[in-house]
Amino acid sequence: MSVLARPVPSAEITAARTWLEHAHDWVVTVDHKRLGIMYVVSGIVFLLVAGAEATLMRIQLAWPELHVLPPETFNRLFTMHGTTMVFFVGIPIVFGFGNYLVPLMIGARDLAFPRLNAFGFWIFLFGGLLLHFSFIGGEGLYGSGSAPAVGWFAYAPLSGRAFTPGNATDYWNLSVFIAGIGTVGTAINIVATTLTMRGPGMTLSRLPIFVWTILTVSTMTLFILPPLSAAQIMLLLDRYLGAHYFDTQAGGSAVMWQHFFWFFGHPEVYVLMLPGFGFVSEIVPVFSRKVIFGYATLVAATVAIGAVSLSTWAHHMFVVGMGTGLNAFFGLSTMLIAVPTGIKLFNWIATMYGGRIRFSVPMLFCCAFLFQFLCAGLTGVMLSVAPFDWQLSDSYFVVAHFHFVLIGGLVFTIFAAIYYWFPKATGRMLGERLGRWHFWLFVVGFNVTFLTMHIPGLLGMPRRIYTYPADRGWEMWNLVTTLGVPLQAIAILIFAVNVVVSLRRGAPAGDDPWDAWTLEWATTSPPPAYNFETVPVVSSRRPLWDLKHPDDPDGPHE
Amino acid sequence: MTGPGHAGHAWRGRVGMIGLIIAEASLFGVFVVAHLFYMGKSLHGPLPREVLSLPVLGTICLLSSSVTVGLGARALLHGNVRRSGLWLLVTVLLGSIFLAETAHEWYRLIYRESLTIGTNLFGTTFYPLVGLHASHVIAGLVMLGLCCVFAATGALRTAHAERVEMVSWYWHFVDGVWVVVLMVVYVVGR
Repeated sequence: MSVLARPVPSAEITAARTWLEHAHDWVVTVDHKRLGIMYVVSGIVFLLVAGAEATLMRIQLAWPELHVLPPETFNRLFTMHGTTMVFFVGIPIVFGFGNYLVPLMIGARDLAFPRLNAFGFWIFLFGGLLLHFSFIGGEGLYGSGSAPAVGWFAYAPLSGRAFTPGNATDYWNLSVFIAGIGTVGTAINIVATTLTMRGPGMTLSRLPIFVWTILTVSTMTLFILPPLSAAQIMLLLDRYLGAHYFDTQAGGSAVMWQHFFWFFGHPEVYVLMLPGFGFVSEIVPVFSRKVIFGYATLVAATVAIGAVSLSTWAHHMFVVGMGTGLNAFFGLSTMLIAVPTGIKLFNWIATMYGGRIRFSVPMLFCCAFLFQFLCAGLTGVMLSVAPFDWQLSDSYFVVAHFHFVLIGGLVFTIFAAIYYWFPKATGRMLGERLGRWHFWLFVVGFNVTFLTMHIPGLLGMPRRIYTYPADRGWEMWNLVTTLGVPLQAIAILIFAVNVVVSLRRGAPAGDDPWDAWTLEWATTSPPPAYNFETVPVVSSRRPLWDLKHPDDPDGPHE
Repeated sequence: MTGPGHAGHAWRGRVGMIGLIIAEASLFGVFVVAHLFYMGKSLHGPLPREVLSLPVLGTICLLSSSVTVGLGARALLHGNVRRSGLWLLVTVLLGSIFLAETAHEWYRLIYRESLTIGTNLFGTTFYPLVGLHASHVIAGLVMLGLCCVFAATGALRTAHAERVEMVSWYWHFVDGVWVVVLMVVYVVGR
């Protein structure tokens, strides 16, 4: 039952409309909730595409000397897989949740610039479609090239015109550039919204942790994404106007692109991961029935990670020969960033300690995240040691490490978040039984694939090879790695079925199905276009606790 | 959104503009770094000290246009649309003089000194950096020009004072970038 006056659900007003009118509404909308949903849904669609690409690669690598895919197709697949996952899955899902949740969590009507928001979404979608158009634009149309095959970080000068003729690389360059414009716009939007449009009483020290994380990554985005765009402009000038930024023949540098790219690329990992931490920080307390442990340290750790991550980029470049001083600096800064990250892990564990834990599906995903992210972090610290990295750079150990971060860390928190906020966005619960099947199959499949993947890396298997000889001792590990893939695929299929079934027949959610404490649960599910009829006055970090327990408000204890 | 709102709403345009300026600054930063990194590494001429001269007139015009745009924004805040439009017009003229000098410089470099983006590393880093700045000047002139037109047609009102102020912030930023470009390209780089 709502603790606030219930507005008239918009569905009742708009019952008698055709699907075309509904579609029109979604296309012209500037509502942050609809745009947020569209971001997340298109991110999931791209996730399926990029997942299918990964599946093809794993089939090719399942056994030595297979010829399921020709080598050039394999190169295209890993390029498209990586580019799609980072720019068209990770970013839109993270910012989609930011879009949906930030105004609801801070008690605002919408984002600060709703039309800019819509622009950001549509230009992101255009970028994603442009990237994938490179597939079908392929051999059929003369001169339009095929999918890019330069890797997701497109190292120049190898991505220059001399080494990558044709237009395939330009699809990579332009689609990522275009999507970047939208991301910067959205980041500006979220910063302006969070800083200027908070509801009454919502001071910065009462912001939900998720809002703190998305504020931090939006600010980071303003610093790190334009340098990538600048480097892409330079690459375009090199390729088409004969500039020499990355042209070693004319005295240009072969390393500069790597610096510019990783100045974006490494903080980008934290741009994706910090909101994942935000999801966990929202979900763990609610399912432990306790206040988050150490709010201030969590916020400080978030901002510290954001700041330190700006000076860790060259740990991707230990093997290019930067010299001892730079290697030491970037190694140490990378180790340093493990400290605030470790603090967060202790925060979550301490929140769970002594709590009355409910192992619903969102909490299950969070628990798996805690273990898997710890592993990911530890291999990260291992790789920050430059001599160790010299040995394992560009091996499957690195591939396993960052998939542990981005799947074991990020994707697990994204699933937790979808199970947690799906009732708010749709008004219906996601099925718990199918959700458990999804979770267990996915957690087993993920670990079979990616825990195993560390080992061929340690045995010296380089990444980005399309096949390998039989006498290296890699075959069994690769077979097991591939065998985890169908488990994950079935899990994702179950998730899709769960979403479709729950949308039609899921149990009605009510306003506040989890007995949660942040403001988004104070309004109806789904929320009306205007979010709140009256914006509640906030006097603590758990405004809904205060409304439910007026005799024992949180404020005095904070 | 119109209506009373609370005090924060007045700030959202400002915070948005500051965000844009941060993003633009880091965009310029990379081009500046590239220029500094390749300074003196051109394999052959023409070199900056042979072909560049200080753009004195353009610099004076552009920097003083920061003052005029400020006066224009303030005049609108005090409700004087006519005066505001005039100051904005002066700003547009000063900015145009700057652009004309840049155009003349590029013409001279390309046709007389045979320096293009593909000639050497100096050309490679010079044209994109100065050109990126010039394209920002053009964007600013379009916005300021629109404000002038609106002032002339009476569409510009005191209610728009905040928006014109945001245009003036952008213009100040473009001026600030020029100071950096001037130092890096024409003073240190020469």
